[in-house]
Amino acid sequence: MTTKIFVPRDAAALSVGADKIAEAVGAQARQRGLDVTIIRNGSRGMLWLEPLVEVETAQGRVAYGPVRAGDVASLFEAGFLSGGAHRLGLGLTERIPFFARQQRLTFARCGIIDPLSLDDYKAHGGFAGLTKALALAPAAIVEDVSKSGLRGRGGAAFPTGIKWRTALAAAADQKYIVCNADEGDSGTFADRMIMEGDPFALIEGMAIAGLAVGATRGYIYIRSEYPHAFAVINEAIRSAEAAGLVGKAIMGRGPAFHLEARLGAGAYICGEETSLLDSLEGKRGQVRAKPPLPAISGLFGKPTVINNVISFTSVPWIMAHGAKAYADYGMGRSRGTLPVQLAGNVKHGGLFETAFGISLRALVEEIGGGTHSGRPLRAVQIGGPLGAYHPAHQLDTILDYEALAAINGMVGHGGIVVFDDSVDMAKQARFAMEFCAVESCGKCTPCRIGSRRGVEVIDKMMAGDHRAENRVLLEELCTLMTDGSLCAMGGLTPLPVMSALTHFPDDFEKPTLPLAAE
Amino acid sequence: MVGAHTKTSEMPAEFDEIRARLVIARLAHLEGALLPILHELSHEFGYVDVRAVPLLAEALNISRADVHGTISFYHDFKTSPQGRHVLKLCRAEACQAMGCETLVTHLAKTHHLAPGDTTQDQALSVETVYCLGNCALSPAAMLDGALIGRLDQDQLDQIVLDATGMRS
Repeated sequence: MTTKIFVPRDAAALSVGADKIAEAVGAQARQRGLDVTIIRNGSRGMLWLEPLVEVETAQGRVAYGPVRAGDVASLFEAGFLSGGAHRLGLGLTERIPFFARQQRLTFARCGIIDPLSLDDYKAHGGFAGLTKALALAPAAIVEDVSKSGLRGRGGAAFPTGIKWRTALAAAADQKYIVCNADEGDSGTFADRMIMEGDPFALIEGMAIAGLAVGATRGYIYIRSEYPHAFAVINEAIRSAEAAGLVGKAIMGRGPAFHLEARLGAGAYICGEETSLLDSLEGKRGQVRAKPPLPAISGLFGKPTVINNVISFTSVPWIMAHGAKAYADYGMGRSRGTLPVQLAGNVKHGGLFETAFGISLRALVEEIGGGTHSGRPLRAVQIGGPLGAYHPAHQLDTILDYEALAAINGMVGHGGIVVFDDSVDMAKQARFAMEFCAVESCGKCTPCRIGSRRGVEVIDKMMAGDHRAENRVLLEELCTLMTDGSLCAMGGLTPLPVMSALTHFPDDFEKPTLPLAAE
Repeated sequence: MVGAHTKTSEMPAEFDEIRARLVIARLAHLEGALLPILHELSHEFGYVDVRAVPLLAEALNISRADVHGTISFYHDFKTSPQGRHVLKLCRAEACQAMGCETLVTHLAKTHHLAPGDTTQDQALSVETVYCLGNCALSPAAMLDGALIGRLDQDQLDQIVLDATGMRS
């Protein structure tokens, strides 16, 4: 009888040597005449344990990690094929506290199945949502998504149901479904993980959106920094088409739905939905003024539903289990679950899917285990480069769209980047402006010029040049960028800047070294 | 599937108008064809030669200015040949929190290489990138399309030595 061994193919696992581990496991098994099947699964999301090798046993899947190539022989000697004890042994994967504490709806299959096996996908509930949707009228699908309370997981948190309803109501000869997989926020990798670990979930979610609004074409715009995700999605689209699940007729009996993946070209701004649409059209990725909304006039001027990867991949679960079941998770106006990504200087970094309502402290300290360096935590940045820096005393805030907004922060795409006490917050504020200057599309002046002036003003403050006056100037500049920018790039860059200035003023007041003497 | 080729150590081909036209003709039918074609030209030649601009404008019925504007907008599209190996160093916040700037300083001090540089023998180009999606295993980098996590100075030294010592 063959023993199933799981070695992830997730890019993060590959980045610490998963391919070598898979090779070594195969070679050792052959040498020992053992019958094993190596499955290249997605990641379970416990990235500090990667490469995490799992063995299927009668008791369940047993985990070992982080495994280095030199450990493989000793794993065989310890009898890991039957779950034998080893210093890297972690017991049953599902009982590892980081995993056991989660509420995995969207990521239910990620790390468990072979990402490119349609049989695996179906055996784990795949296409149940699409099957249900096929039996419903478009308006009923939209109603379910609305009732679930799902809000855009890309960062803007706009109610998904409203977007879909607008696109459904728009009459046109062609409508589009566009997936925003331009996950450029530092500290986030949920889109990448699910595209690599459960790509059919995205295809299913987009097909449901197609049914809901009457769109027959879909594009997945993936950033070029994600070559692994791009390859997996392309392969998944090919097999879904070959199996007749999408393409000429959804599941062989519905309307057409043609899907294509496209590659970005290294521009952060293309994560902004209207820039992304221009980029898909083959242009400079410049922001469009709204209105018109993309739902009315989007890709090539046609009604377009554009959502983030996690928004789409949440929909199959909602359709399969019901809007109420999804809305039962979460709190207030933040319903359902969020894949939180713990990143940066954190001991247990990875993806933790949980209902809204958990405290930041529980996430960072209990689940994340504090800093990787072991030094005191000084700040966390939530929501990517446009998100605020929060000092340690704000960690008792609850993870919820409104609660974070109340402390001048934002959930964004759910990334939490941890910094220890070696961080210089003036430098971080400067970087926020610098990043905006580098990545601004250039269409509006507050963002294009404001960010450059922002760098200069912070440089002067750091150099001790008219600090009080320049502080006032920086605050005025931030107000102007917030009020006057066309999109969130210029509009939210002041968030990290002002939060650094508000919570960590001392970092801007450091004594300066005297300039060149005489 | 268009694009996302893993860069290998082979020398990029010299620009050749006929081959450029073939690439363009193969993809021009796509909706929004310009980006897929630019990716494919980059793969074919290692960069987008300025001589491709009029060919693209003609094939897609857009102005040369539109083509130039698009090429110059995106960090990925280079207008001159890059090194045989490309190392992208992530310098975004999650990697900053784990000391990526120390690695940048080390690269400058020890190897006299700054982001944006290519070694004289065209062996290695170093670029800054903002986020590779490996933020729980930072500092991250990407060498010729392969993702690297928990990058440290020793590994960085080895990458530079392997790339510059390798003759292909």
